[in-house]
Amino acid sequence: MNFQAPIGSSLPRDRAKRLLAGRGQYVDDIQLPRMLHLAFVRSPYPHARVKSIETIDAVAMPGVARVVKGADLVGVVSSWRGTHNLFPGLKAPEQHVLAGDTARWQGEAVAAVAARSRAEAEDAAEQIVVDWEELPFVGDAEVALENGATFVHDSLGSNQAFAAEVKQGNTELAFQDAHLVIERRFRFNRHTGVSLESRGLIADYDPSADRLTVYQSHQTPHQQQDLYARLLDIPEQNVRVICPDVGGAFGLKHHLYPDELAACAISKLLERPVKYIADRFESFLSDIHCRDHTVTARMAFTQEGDIVGMQVDDLFHAGAYSQYPRSSIAEGNQIIRLCGIPYRHEHYRAAVRMAYLNKSLLGHIRSVGHPIACAVTEQLVDLGAKQLSLDPVAMRRRAYLRDEDFPTTSPGGIALEHLSFHGCLDRALERIDVDAFRREQAQLREQGIYRGIGFATFVDLTSIGPEYYGEGGQHISAQETCLLRLEASGGIRCYTGATDQGQGIDSGIQQVVAGVIGVPVQDVKVNSGDSELCPVGGGSWGSRGAALAGEAALRAGQELRRNILNIAGVLLQKVPELLDIRDGAVVDATSGAKQLALAEVAQIGHFRPYMVPDNTPSDLTVTGRYASRDRMFLPANGLHVAILDVDTDTGLIVFQRYLVVHDCGRLLNPLLVEEQIRGGVVQGIGGALYEEFIYDDDGYLCNGTLADYLVPMAAEMPDIEVEHLETPTATSELGAKGAGEAGTTGAMGAVLNAVNDALTPFDVTLSEVPLTPPRILRALGKI
Amino acid sequence: MTEPSKTVQMALRVNRESVEATVPVRRNLVDFLRDDLGLTGSHVGCEHGVCGACTVVVDGAIMRGCLMLAVQADGCEIETIEGADQSGRLAALQAAFHRRNALQCGFCTPAMLLTAAALLEQNSKPSRDEIRDYLSGNFCRCTGYQEIVDAVAEVAGADT
Repeated sequence: MNFQAPIGSSLPRDRAKRLLAGRGQYVDDIQLPRMLHLAFVRSPYPHARVKSIETIDAVAMPGVARVVKGADLVGVVSSWRGTHNLFPGLKAPEQHVLAGDTARWQGEAVAAVAARSRAEAEDAAEQIVVDWEELPFVGDAEVALENGATFVHDSLGSNQAFAAEVKQGNTELAFQDAHLVIERRFRFNRHTGVSLESRGLIADYDPSADRLTVYQSHQTPHQQQDLYARLLDIPEQNVRVICPDVGGAFGLKHHLYPDELAACAISKLLERPVKYIADRFESFLSDIHCRDHTVTARMAFTQEGDIVGMQVDDLFHAGAYSQYPRSSIAEGNQIIRLCGIPYRHEHYRAAVRMAYLNKSLLGHIRSVGHPIACAVTEQLVDLGAKQLSLDPVAMRRRAYLRDEDFPTTSPGGIALEHLSFHGCLDRALERIDVDAFRREQAQLREQGIYRGIGFATFVDLTSIGPEYYGEGGQHISAQETCLLRLEASGGIRCYTGATDQGQGIDSGIQQVVAGVIGVPVQDVKVNSGDSELCPVGGGSWGSRGAALAGEAALRAGQELRRNILNIAGVLLQKVPELLDIRDGAVVDATSGAKQLALAEVAQIGHFRPYMVPDNTPSDLTVTGRYASRDRMFLPANGLHVAILDVDTDTGLIVFQRYLVVHDCGRLLNPLLVEEQIRGGVVQGIGGALYEEFIYDDDGYLCNGTLADYLVPMAAEMPDIEVEHLETPTATSELGAKGAGEAGTTGAMGAVLNAVNDALTPFDVTLSEVPLTPPRILRALGKI
Repeated sequence: MTEPSKTVQMALRVNRESVEATVPVRRNLVDFLRDDLGLTGSHVGCEHGVCGACTVVVDGAIMRGCLMLAVQADGCEIETIEGADQSGRLAALQAAFHRRNALQCGFCTPAMLLTAAALLEQNSKPSRDEIRDYLSGNFCRCTGYQEIVDAVAEVAGADT
């Protein structure tokens, strides 16, 4: 079809106007009558037995409605296990909303206070006396898997949660015969999403209707509706989850958290609305974290610079439990499937092991596993090039999958449609003169300035298909439905199952609907984030909105357009094929002459339907549905290039330039995609340079505030150039692929390679992130 | 440790309206504005003075609403995003932020606007580096900061 404006136009967002006026409504802005506030008592120890919980003083405190222990919620809420049926070997222990006799991470909640205000709830929580018995703890994945290690869960009889291997060809033989083998051990330290708005919800249970309404800062209202219905034993049609404005999410808000489910259970128990908003310290202690992987990887090369094969061993952990409902294996599973993916190679073996240990849970944060696979691969390519005295750009051009190689299936088992590795590199080289850079680099080195360039080629597995969670046994929708309703005035209401946390998918869908039907963009109002009003969908995660909800919107738009033209055809006594809709009016397709306003068509459809014959499709409320078939993922690709200076006296890094060339298929709105990518790059730079949870020898988190957990701020961040290639997917009519994680995916690898390139004269290689000043200075032997 | 053992009466002006209130002495300014006055445009991000989301204007200067007690505002003139929006003094910044998509989730945005306006009051022609420096007390997790810097630079340029 002909994709007309506003599809592809850089338009600002409707929602942004409210937010700019301070008129946003985030969950903590909502107050309900009789509402109580929750505060939790959390374990101060990484591993401890709860011998007793004394609540008598707390109960007597002003404003306190109820003090709740785990036993109080038996029969109110069920437990769960974070399993995944595609990975039957995954051992997942039972988890409860409040820890019973054992706390397994610092921050695990054991009791809650519901009071008239948060301050009163916190005052009372301080009066609860828990008799703790500290237990030996496991704080490291390697230690967890040693013989004789303390068990995190005695019931599992092991700390190994999962192990798997992916294989193609024969790496042992190939590596024996290779001209060169490079091996590195990488450390990717632990960080998290740090949404500026912390997690939070209001649970409002009405016993007279057995109805639960939850206002929640969350990415996936329908997933939560299903979970609350099942775990709280409430008929699903009586559960409604509303996600109002959400202040950033980045994956950390698409899980079930025990404290949030506890709030729902306590609302059910007390039959009153209950609000829980995590404070910043609670967020750092209890939000899902990510990374914390140790990867040992080897890459084998021919003398000419072809890649023969790759071997990868990834060791990571889930924290104390497997997250629910998605399980915790995806980060490791993505790594073993994605290493080496941009390159031609025959022989591949990648293994992953996942442990349990006494830390808070690890799970899915923006760009699950991808930055690690990208950084590992791209550093090995750079090191190979160096050893072979080849230019790293020429090496990539030689070793990339070529245009004629597609479609193909990667050695890690990922089906790849046409990807534009060479196109992205060509575009990057149009923007950056690498030869000139090398001359400048050499001159600067003579002045004691160490400048480096780093390339990172990536593949992003966007828009997961229904086979992944459908087969996995999770009730997580990978299909999307869009509902459109033509109002009598000619305006269009749109309801989508995708959700908007600021990325702008509401606008993308609005543009698709407007473009497909032929109406001005302001005539379409998109509604999202309500599990009762919106059609069942997956929400927003994994770079899925444009490709999946966008395609559903396209289909719905096509049907509404057809029906409008059917009605107009009857009224005008013309065949619908001779009519078109342009700028909100039915026009003669040939001359463009206006025939009818949309309102005139709508009023016939709504109020005088007898004017249209029964057998003429003329519904003005329509749905379009899209579910991909026979593909697990929709891969997109791109290239990051970082240019930066390393101060070898301070270990500080200053960016000089940052370029992303990205291909997410058809662009719905370049303005929004570009700022998504920039935000993703900055988040990736956070992980590459600053963000790291630090634990002491006793297993305590040392940096649980924003003052000592460092995040990227404006002063340190570069301007980021973004270039687009458009290789639409042939698997949908719209042709869009995901874009939300692309910025994060490549940043770590590009920065790592740039820093190592800058430090070439010192003959050091850093393979641990974040690249903090102490790590750089230690590598240089300066401290 | 009982809630609240002591309250204080105070009188102040908020967004050009007189307010008399009795507040617990321990309540911080942003909680008072949000919970007692319903001015929910000021946001709470960290409650320890780092993220900047709670920025409000106190007697003409930007302040962290989480680092100031409500009682300290006795006799003060407070302006929040609601008042600044209504006055129209942010209109050029708001329009530039909107046009350039210098916000995503919007949680940092009211504070970012008030901070950017404070910069432009002090320095009508800031360089990009000066803009980045001045905004570095305001954490934004969604954008890459670049469009925010562009929007502020655009408004600064338009003033000439």
